[in-house]
Amino acid sequence: MSARLLVVTPGMLTTVQDLGRPGYEHMGVPPSGAMDPGALRLANALVGNPGDLAALEFTVTGGRLRVLDAACTLAFAGSAALHVSAAGGLPARALAPWQSHRVPAGALLTIGPLERGMRGYLAASGGIVVRPVLGSASTLTRAAMGGIEGRAIKRDDVLAVGRARAPFLRRWVPLRHTAWFYRDTPIGVILGPQQDHFSASEIRRFLNATYRLAPQSDRMGLRLDGPAIAPALGADIITDPIAAGSIQIPGAGQPLIAMNDRQTTGGYPKIATVISADLPRLAQMRPGQPLRFEAMDAAAAVRRLRTDTQWLDTRERELRADPNFPIFPLLHP
Amino acid sequence: MTSATLSSCSNTAPRILTAGDGTLLVEFANRIDADTNARVLALAQALRAQQRKMRGLLGVVPAYRSLSIRFDPLTISPAGVRDVIARCLDTPAIAIDTPPRRWDVPVCYGGAYGEDLHALAERHQLEPAEVIARHRAPVYRVFMVGFLPGFAYLGGLDPVLHTPRRAMPRAHTPAGSVNIGGQQTAIASVPGPSGWHLIGRTPWRSFDLRHAQPFLFEAGDEIVFTPISEDEFARIDALHADPGYRPQPRTGGHS
Repeated sequence: MSARLLVVTPGMLTTVQDLGRPGYEHMGVPPSGAMDPGALRLANALVGNPGDLAALEFTVTGGRLRVLDAACTLAFAGSAALHVSAAGGLPARALAPWQSHRVPAGALLTIGPLERGMRGYLAASGGIVVRPVLGSASTLTRAAMGGIEGRAIKRDDVLAVGRARAPFLRRWVPLRHTAWFYRDTPIGVILGPQQDHFSASEIRRFLNATYRLAPQSDRMGLRLDGPAIAPALGADIITDPIAAGSIQIPGAGQPLIAMNDRQTTGGYPKIATVISADLPRLAQMRPGQPLRFEAMDAAAAVRRLRTDTQWLDTRERELRADPNFPIFPLLHP
Repeated sequence: MTSATLSSCSNTAPRILTAGDGTLLVEFANRIDADTNARVLALAQALRAQQRKMRGLLGVVPAYRSLSIRFDPLTISPAGVRDVIARCLDTPAIAIDTPPRRWDVPVCYGGAYGEDLHALAERHQLEPAEVIARHRAPVYRVFMVGFLPGFAYLGGLDPVLHTPRRAMPRAHTPAGSVNIGGQQTAIASVPGPSGWHLIGRTPWRSFDLRHAQPFLFEAGDEIVFTPISEDEFARIDALHADPGYRPQPRTGGHS
């Protein structure tokens, strides 16, 4: 029998997310999916899942879940204290994040508030199982699709866990690697596509400013507080497609960065676009946190993306390697 | 790079703009009209054919006068994508042998179904019946689907009915709303906030997750509105209780 997870405290905003449903943007459907896909992939690797299985995306506050029916293997990718109650003959104890744990049936798992970052991922071996919509389990609350009835999880929801595909193995991400998710350097942007709607001095103002993430930020978009940017050619363009990381400048001049649940098209001019490599870092920023932009060209952006992709692929490969398999037996005859 | 093959009129080559490291934006003109949109949709079709053959092309999103093409920059360079776009523009558009699908969309105008009909009529010094007559007269073209899942933006609205958006958007508008905003009319697919004027509502569900292919309309489709009574609205609405019920186009498309 597979385990189920009973929601005792849902937390501020906890949704079922996998790697999203790309490929339907021409039908108005945003890609959704984990805001920090690298963290989701590592959470899945920790519990022996393929990288794209659905997990729970917690936001800042964490939450509490009770394991029902059977023991299950869980891991939390995020900076939070975890605690599990006494159950199945095991005492109450603290669990480390970024590690796999076997949690017995009946145990109450408390995921503490996140110490760093904005989002953390709880993966269960076998994945959180919901009916896929357009090929994905990801929740899009705005269109009430995916996840649990298209909404954030709430108290008394019972989440089905799939059948584990691999036996329990103790796996962990070394602590020195977890800081990578919260590294604090300027956010890379490529100017455009509508930078010609802004004067050179407004573009300079944008690139020299220190912004703060506004509290109204959500999975759809991040709003920034800071210097207003005035478009030279009016605040409207003919409705255009919106890419991930598009930095739109609405009439009031406060930048708005399009994220995973973005509307697929929109009519504000876009001064710049966040580079792919830095989108997950933006997703881990908290309201009030300062941020600055750094303009670069596409070649530099792709170099960063390649470096980050290789880093993440390596971490994932390390986790998937069987620790019981002797890799270098012949080196020591 | 030329695009003269797409149309004989004086179309200049589109601008290709950078939208981050994984998206290019192809912009044909700075206006909303049927010719421009037809060029967008022709290029979108050609790029999708390339997408099936090439690694690294991830998705094409057509809009009124522009389209975006998303790619994996670790697999294909922006210059490589620009080459693909140029090739698609240089190839004469394939004659489309299947006519566009045409939908006769039932709409209950006015009353509780279109609460802004009277105000909009007064604003233009028309009778509500004349607003309906002018709104139902054209064969509209779906210029784009965007904003929210299945939301269809239609081109071809009678200029007499062009109306600036409401100063105060409504927080909630129902799915199926047929509305006017600026020079556009649209069929809303899901409930949500809107600053457009509600003139009617269709009982059709243009985004229905009970179906594997939940979208009714796509860019390029033709739409004709057919006024219906409140009783007829209720009858068609009730048909949707059967998950097997699906509105069908009158003509066109492949089954």
